[in-house]
Amino acid sequence: MPNISLAVAVEGLIKQFGHFAALRGVSAQFAPGRLYVIVGDNGAGKTTLLRTIAGLSQPTRGDVSVLGAANVKATRAQIGYMAHPSLLYDEMSAMENLQYFVRLYQVPNDRCREVIKAVKLDPDLERPVGQYSQGMRQRLSLARALLNDPKLLLLDEPFSNVDAHSAQQMATLLGATRDGGKTILVVTHQPGLLESITDEFICMDAGKIIARTSKLQAAQQ
Amino acid sequence: MKRGMSILAVVTALLLSFALYEALIGAPTEQTMGNVQRIFYYHVPSAWTAFLLFLVNFVASVLFLIRRDTKADILALVTAEVGVVFCTVVLVTGPIWARPVWGIWWTWDLRLTLTLVLWLIYVSYLVLRQFSTSSQTPVLAAVLAIFGALDVPLVYFSIWFFRTQHPAPVIGSGGSLEPRMAHVLLINWAAFLCLAWLVGWTRYRLEVAKREVDEAQALESLLESPR
Amino acid sequence: MTFVSITAATLAKDIRLEWRSKDAINAMLFFSLLVVVIFSFAFDPTAEESRRIAGGLVWVAFLFAAIVALNQTWARELRNQVLDAYRVSPAPTNPLFLAKAFGNFIFVSILEALMIPLFIAFYKLRALGPAWELAPIALLGTWALVVNGTFFAAISLRTRSREIMLPLLLFPISIPALLGMVNATTAVLTGEASARFWIALLLAYDVVFTIACLLLFETVLEAE
Repeated sequence: MPNISLAVAVEGLIKQFGHFAALRGVSAQFAPGRLYVIVGDNGAGKTTLLRTIAGLSQPTRGDVSVLGAANVKATRAQIGYMAHPSLLYDEMSAMENLQYFVRLYQVPNDRCREVIKAVKLDPDLERPVGQYSQGMRQRLSLARALLNDPKLLLLDEPFSNVDAHSAQQMATLLGATRDGGKTILVVTHQPGLLESITDEFICMDAGKIIARTSKLQAAQQ
Repeated sequence: MKRGMSILAVVTALLLSFALYEALIGAPTEQTMGNVQRIFYYHVPSAWTAFLLFLVNFVASVLFLIRRDTKADILALVTAEVGVVFCTVVLVTGPIWARPVWGIWWTWDLRLTLTLVLWLIYVSYLVLRQFSTSSQTPVLAAVLAIFGALDVPLVYFSIWFFRTQHPAPVIGSGGSLEPRMAHVLLINWAAFLCLAWLVGWTRYRLEVAKREVDEAQALESLLESPR
Repeated sequence: MTFVSITAATLAKDIRLEWRSKDAINAMLFFSLLVVVIFSFAFDPTAEESRRIAGGLVWVAFLFAAIVALNQTWARELRNQVLDAYRVSPAPTNPLFLAKAFGNFIFVSILEALMIPLFIAFYKLRALGPAWELAPIALLGTWALVVNGTFFAAISLRTRSREIMLPLLLFPISIPALLGMVNATTAVLTGEASARFWIALLLAYDVVFTIACLLLFETVLEAE
């Protein structure tokens, strides 16, 4: 039963790839307007969980309800997704990339400049994205995820191989976004970056959620 | 269930034996081609059986896409496999007949060519099932099966017209069939249908059992810790 | 309106990207040239014979060139997982399919435009029948290869041995279309028969499979 007051609710999620079970019965509720950080070792199922919530992967069993709807397709206009690969075309410039993706969301073109400025990149930079540093690329990817001013932001390892300055800049932006009432789920191996703005840490291990806490030290055990 | 299968097995064995007798001894010898013609009683019913199986495959694939019912998927898989086997029989018996009669190994006979194309389509279907890395292989396979089924009338008409421009020997009776021969033909078809049903049913149960084992193993890995 | 605008935007983006990294199209143009030359060495008939087999030669050569083009249909979307960005957006998936199919159509047509004059030269081809009919044959035949090719390229995204899966799936289903293209072309070149039936067959093939692709593309895209 989808609950309108929750941003995301998953119930009994199981995802199998052949004999390997990436998710072994995950149930969780995420309240709106909070920033959640999901931590865990490799193979814990964090990426699978995020992709299932984003609607990119179908669970073998279990229910997902996003922004009050059981069918993810209905809410795609209000979701932003970002992953470790940049989800951008290497041969186009930043603005060209955003001007293409903005078409998919039916939002005004001015959003492109707005989001580029929000991640502190130069909108007039003509260099193709393939020549960017990882930090610049991930910031642009975040800009793309924010194009449609999403109510729910899903980030999978956004800070991987990113320089400290870019990472800090992104973290600050995420905090501001959360303060604006958006829900954010971040999967990361570097929870320390977001410690000051995180509402709750979710710890996963071997396809299950094993702990939820608001203290980073507790999470790191 | 098991009793039904045993009965079917007995019926199949009886029918096949009777059909064999009729085909080799009971049916009259053909005037021009002699005893070689008797292969007709294997060639034609195999083709009809294969076509029927592929029709069932199409229906099962559509049902699967609509209802996502695993049983429909298993039925599609089974009918494709058994259908390919019967197609192979057609493709082997065709040249065996054509060679002594016309001195050629292959002829662009309508039925034979249609069977060849169907064989290619359904082998590619089985290859897709084998090579898929998706967790939703049944969906992809069902889509391919539908494309294959849509192709069939187009294949038929293209070969039919091609033959009007490039006439070639026809395998099977070009004209009308003597009633006694038609009788034997139908008996053989009935026997092949029973055989197809028996083999298909067995394969179906095998696949159901295999999937149950897979699920049990996956469930075990779900419950226990991987460490 | 959205549908058309997304299709146009995607197609424009693809053309722009292809134009920027010209190495792909250059390599394929050269490959097409090679194919024609190899065929000319392999099949070296007199002018009369050539008219009879040219239909088959030309379309098999186009098929080879088309496979090379089709195999890289989704290459750019796979790099950096851009396809995820599309799937996660509310945009309908058919504009993506159509844009890719149109892009492939343009791509393969360019290759054909290079190969045709070469074939005419090497085989001293001349059409004895109504030459204008070659235009609809080329259009319908190319679309037949490209529409299913783009679709099966998407299916093979979800398989191992991607590059061999595409032709493996495409060739059997394309047989009626191939018969159509070859026989129609031969009919026009030799002037000995009417190509009308084959053109009608190609049209039927194109209509049936364009509709099938549009109905089932989203299902395939989401079948991760």
